[in-house]
Amino acid sequence: MARIELDHVHKTYPDGHVASRDLDLAIEDGEFLVFVGPSGCGKSTALRIIAGLETPTEGRVRIGDRDVTDVSPQERDIAMVFQSYALYPHMTVRENLSFGLRIRKMPADEVEGRVETAARALGLEPMLDRKPAQLSGGQRQRVALGRALVREPQAFLLDEPLSNLDAKLRIETRAELARLHQRLGTTMVYVTHDQEEAMTLGDRVAVLRDGVLQQVAPPMELYRRPANRFVGGFIGSPAMNFFDGSLLSGEDGWRFRGDALEVRVEAPGEASDGERVTLGVRPPDVQLAEDGSPVTVGAEVAVIEPIGSQQIVHASLPDETRIVAVLPVELDLEEGREVALRLPVEAIHLFHADSGERLE
Amino acid sequence: MTGRGTRWAAGAGLGLLVVASAFPFYWAIVASLSPEAALFERPSLWPAEIVLDHYRALFEVRDFWVPIRNSLVVAGATTLFCVVVGSFAAYAIARLRFRGKALIMGFILAVTMFPQISIVSPLYLLLRALGLIDTYPGLILPYLTFAMPLTVWLLVGFFRQLPADLEEAALVDGASRWQAFVKVMLPLAVPGLATTGILTFIYCWNEFLFALSFTLGPERQTVPVAIALFRGQYQVPWGQILAAAVVATAPVAALVLAFQRRIVQGLTAGAVKG
Repeated sequence: MARIELDHVHKTYPDGHVASRDLDLAIEDGEFLVFVGPSGCGKSTALRIIAGLETPTEGRVRIGDRDVTDVSPQERDIAMVFQSYALYPHMTVRENLSFGLRIRKMPADEVEGRVETAARALGLEPMLDRKPAQLSGGQRQRVALGRALVREPQAFLLDEPLSNLDAKLRIETRAELARLHQRLGTTMVYVTHDQEEAMTLGDRVAVLRDGVLQQVAPPMELYRRPANRFVGGFIGSPAMNFFDGSLLSGEDGWRFRGDALEVRVEAPGEASDGERVTLGVRPPDVQLAEDGSPVTVGAEVAVIEPIGSQQIVHASLPDETRIVAVLPVELDLEEGREVALRLPVEAIHLFHADSGERLE
Repeated sequence: MTGRGTRWAAGAGLGLLVVASAFPFYWAIVASLSPEAALFERPSLWPAEIVLDHYRALFEVRDFWVPIRNSLVVAGATTLFCVVVGSFAAYAIARLRFRGKALIMGFILAVTMFPQISIVSPLYLLLRALGLIDTYPGLILPYLTFAMPLTVWLLVGFFRQLPADLEEAALVDGASRWQAFVKVMLPLAVPGLATTGILTFIYCWNEFLFALSFTLGPERQTVPVAIALFRGQYQVPWGQILAAAVVATAPVAALVLAFQRRIVQGLTAGAVKG
């Protein structure tokens, strides 16, 4: 088990693509850290740099107390689960599991013991003598996981390990991964493009965009206090609503005035009168206003998507911009109806219009 | 209706094609088993009389074993060398990052572009200076120059098709580059190696110009050269030539049949599932 440190890591590929800009991040011993971001954001590169499959152009990588920047993957004592599973097709499940141990010249009986333990934990015992081609997707995924487990490494690296599974299996395996991490307490670094997966699994989540670390925080902090507009929009589903406008100071406090709506906001310390800002509000925070409530936004319901206990309501503001709200399914709404929406002051996020940074 | 019609036409076409391509071989077998006199007086598609005279003459009088041995040694050694060295080169080109890769591939391809006939004389002088005329290395070395590029090009294709994740998984699992190559990549490249090996072997087995130019006497002549030199000043021993052709074709045909599935697999590779 070990702490992993990325010390101002920079990676430019030979074709000029910059996959990592000044990535500076310490992953604590035993932590479950998730790298999340849209495709091409550099999350896989970050993982591959930790694994030693890519060498950083600048910066250092440390695992435990050791600087491993120039150490080959072979010598790093980490295990990795690949998105494609990368099972050795010419070996049986047993041989796949034991490959990393045999290659390190571990005594045969110890290899046997570890393979048995991992196979039992993952329910792979009945298929130890089969080849990967004879397994289902879920079983292959387990073998890939097992191959990492038997190694008992300093850290596990997982590159989108669930993306090839169907929805049901994905959620089951996700829970299993969380349990596994609890039981082992080994450092895990996980890469995904799925913000929901990131939120449910991570002790902390690192959001990346274009090779730049946007924010690293526990999931709920990421949700409640996104550091910038990108994080706000990326984390949470349905995505945060954004409106451009400016801040106005009046006798009854600060107001936000946009093209489509005008609402009361809490005064951020660094705000100035007339400043251009972006207002963000999460769909579940949008409420249906009671009659006669003072500050409301008029909108016309365009689309309703019931999702069981709740309904996702897409509504049009007077200037045709859309606002999305998640409302209780009990509310009797229909498409085309005028509604009054309320944006609670405490649920409003404000970002600088130009930089996108959160107003503090 | 159309299905039946087209199938019938396709079958007929295929049949014709098979007959056309198999007939020369069939005729060679028939002729090699017919008495010499019958061949010229009343040639027949169905031999009236089967004799093994030609084969007997081939091995007892002419000692055809010698050229067969020569061909096996030269083609075998070339193939072995090509596949071993070629797989290293191909793996490096397909997988490792290094400068001038495109240039190297270009050079390798350029070598195959020289017309053989244009380099026979310089090669002869070179081999003579090295004292390699009429020796096995004197044939193997020139063959390598032609066979190696073919091997490398084919194998680069095979290695590129293998998923990179597999060897990365091996590296993270604790394997060295060498171990990842030998234990993971090589076993998966076997169909490719077999295909390449067979193509190289056939190429060397049939090669004529170099074999003729760089050997001096029957001791080192390969099969195609030996057959070409059967004809005497006054007569052409067709029966023996065709018997020799059958003998020379047999090992290649056997090889291809034995590895048929592998070759097909190899030619359609990429179906390697991760």
